[in-house]
Amino acid sequence: MQRSVRKLLLATSLVFATSQSFAFEPAKSAECIAPANPGGGWDFTCRSVGKILSDLHYIDGNVQTVNMPGAGGGVAYAHTVSKREGDTALLVAASTATTTRLAQGQFVGMNADQVRWVGALGADYGVIAVAKDSPYKNLNELMEALKNDPQSVKFGGGSAAGGWDHLKVLIAAKAAGVGNLPKIKYLAFNGGGEAITQVVGGHIQGFTGDVSEVLGFVESGDLRVLAVLSDERLPGQYADMPTAKEQGIEAIAPNWRGFYLPAGVPDDAFDWWTKTIDGVYESDNWKQVMQQNGLMPFHKSGPDFTAFVQQQVKDIRDLSTEIGLIK
Amino acid sequence: METMNFLLQGFAVALTPEHLMFAAIGAMLGTLIGALPGLGPANGVAILIPLAFSLGLSPAASMIMLTSVYAGAMYGGRISSILLNIPGDEPAMMTTLDGYPMAVKGKAAEALAISAIASFIGSLLATIGLIILAPILARFALHFGPAEYFALFSLAFATLGGVTGKNQVKTVVAAALGLMISTVGVDITTGNQRYTYNILELYEGVDFIIAIVGLFAVSELLFFIERHISEGAASATLNKLNLKMSDILHILPTSLRGSVLGFISGVLPGAGASLGSFISYSLEKRIVGAKGYFGEGDPRGVAAPEAGNNAAANGALVPMLTLGVPGSGTTAVLLAMLISLNVQPGPMLFTQNAELVWGVIAALLVGNLMLLVLNIPMVGVFVKLLSIPPKYLMPVVTLIAAVGIYSISNSALDLYFMVGFGLMGYLLRKLEVPLVPVILGMLLGPEMERSLRHALTISDGDWSILFSSGLSIGIWSVAILGLALPYILGPLLRRRMENARARMEVEEEAD
Repeated sequence: MQRSVRKLLLATSLVFATSQSFAFEPAKSAECIAPANPGGGWDFTCRSVGKILSDLHYIDGNVQTVNMPGAGGGVAYAHTVSKREGDTALLVAASTATTTRLAQGQFVGMNADQVRWVGALGADYGVIAVAKDSPYKNLNELMEALKNDPQSVKFGGGSAAGGWDHLKVLIAAKAAGVGNLPKIKYLAFNGGGEAITQVVGGHIQGFTGDVSEVLGFVESGDLRVLAVLSDERLPGQYADMPTAKEQGIEAIAPNWRGFYLPAGVPDDAFDWWTKTIDGVYESDNWKQVMQQNGLMPFHKSGPDFTAFVQQQVKDIRDLSTEIGLIK
Repeated sequence: METMNFLLQGFAVALTPEHLMFAAIGAMLGTLIGALPGLGPANGVAILIPLAFSLGLSPAASMIMLTSVYAGAMYGGRISSILLNIPGDEPAMMTTLDGYPMAVKGKAAEALAISAIASFIGSLLATIGLIILAPILARFALHFGPAEYFALFSLAFATLGGVTGKNQVKTVVAAALGLMISTVGVDITTGNQRYTYNILELYEGVDFIIAIVGLFAVSELLFFIERHISEGAASATLNKLNLKMSDILHILPTSLRGSVLGFISGVLPGAGASLGSFISYSLEKRIVGAKGYFGEGDPRGVAAPEAGNNAAANGALVPMLTLGVPGSGTTAVLLAMLISLNVQPGPMLFTQNAELVWGVIAALLVGNLMLLVLNIPMVGVFVKLLSIPPKYLMPVVTLIAAVGIYSISNSALDLYFMVGFGLMGYLLRKLEVPLVPVILGMLLGPEMERSLRHALTISDGDWSILFSSGLSIGIWSVAILGLALPYILGPLLRRRMENARARMEVEEEAD
């Protein structure tokens, strides 16, 4: 009896949901929160996707980008969780930096299940590079050195200790079988450029960051890329850079760019946004934006993306626990 | 040759109609701010930062506008020095010595024209110096590791008070205050939070742009309310300009000497524009000797300090752009702006943001020409503007500040912070604690801390790494010199500056 009632309830709610999916109409205008100051990656995600949403008439009016910096996205996350529940006309830009902070509990009292992860439309892949006169010619040589002495190579990157740039080194080292991960030294800089300067100047030995950060320095010959942390070689001007995978080290570290919606958004609205993100990703407008800005192919949306985010959060939490960043 | 190519590219950036317009706006507002007594270049740039944010300008446009404001303020400072005997800003103090006597003799227009030409020469030569020196220094800066940077930041703090600084203890208090504020937020070396008390808004620390606007612009408003100033300065009159080619040739050697001295004192961290104008004036007086009539309206006495302070202003951009270490208060404010625009100053700036840097440098050259035009044929406009009652001016400034700060992140909390910093600025100024060290402390504190910790990480905790290279030992020596000099030379220099002014005032009364 009990069970049949529940089934009935489920069935009616499903019917209700599908009937609503025809009824859902996107708002006349939408808002996109970039959880940082103008000029950064999240700001770029909001502005470029927002423009395409109105250019392709997914949204009739404008998509307004609102900058809400603070706590590496935490202020915007808290705002979305506490004040915007059920708002169907709101996108919030996110990336691997968001999942990293969520996994490490840096947004105090909040977790990744409090919003709806709707989709990613591109990624910047992790890279490990050394100066042009470095003795390390490939990733295996570097990893061998780390196996012998975890402190022999000091890495610099643009994120705080425990941040995504730091984790990339650890992901690669773990995949290569280096023990004693907490002993690997990582120097945190304000940005990738500052860290690269120190590598080029010979003060530290390794750079860890995103592939878009190193392009200028690889072209000028100052840096040598030992490995890109992607599934396969990247297209275009990145084609010469070897992947970690082809050197026998299974390390993949995409810094995806995408969005989440507030919790409490009805399923039909979530589906509409999922299809819309798919549409934007397929559009020529977006392909052009990706090419101009060095974004690499990476696309997940809807339930797939939600599952991916949950897995990424779990992986990062495990790794952070292993190196003693969190308990 | 490579430099010439970059410079040409820079002109391509600077000469777009949009950027030309912002350079013109900046030059104009800068001159006005410089001319108004009390508002110096650091305040000027601080007040206009919110404007750049509320207009949503691109990094290049913002920097072009703000450096034009900076250059303009250095020009404008002389106007009230000459006409009213009130220095528009500190570096223009030496200009009163001969500028005002010239005005008293009915040669105000000539004094303004000569000083504008000297300013132009100073700025032009120093910009050329910047073009030559900056890329060389940028390449050399690759030798700076964490240990050297730590020494360099120590040097910046050691020379904070400047050679002519009055109260070293108050400077230290101010710098310590800035350092303390800068510890709020995430510590990126460990990823831990410091003094954030689980308040998300504090995780990224206190934004120094808000601190700058609060400390400088809002405190200015509070002072204004306190003083009940409602009318403008006494209106000054201007005679008809009568300038001959020989007058210009007469001050040319003076301007050249002043420019070189000014540029050098600008490049040295901490010394700044006031020292530039002081040294230029003193040296000129010595070289010309008894043949001159310094202090009684000698045109060379107007040209020397103006060439000196404008050259120093551009010279101070060299360490700011190449090392990320500001050479003066105003460059500290500009540095803060660059960082908030996601542009990282330092050795790689010249290769990675070539378009922006060279655009700004080219804009300095273009802006300098504009300023010459603004300051000779159109100087009358500024003379008129001098008599605008502040009761109209200050509300506008406050409005721009509030709108600009709000538009950075749409957060009302930022506005509370701005007002809080305004109150703090007011208190500090009442106690005669200088504000620039507070900003420098906030700006350089985290960098300095990180450099030290990076150096120690690299050396596995061995402190001797801090003194292990010739470069760092050299920087430490200069830093120690910078600490000691104010106690030896400071009182001497200050007495001379005051004597010179006092003597002039006595003579004036005797007239």
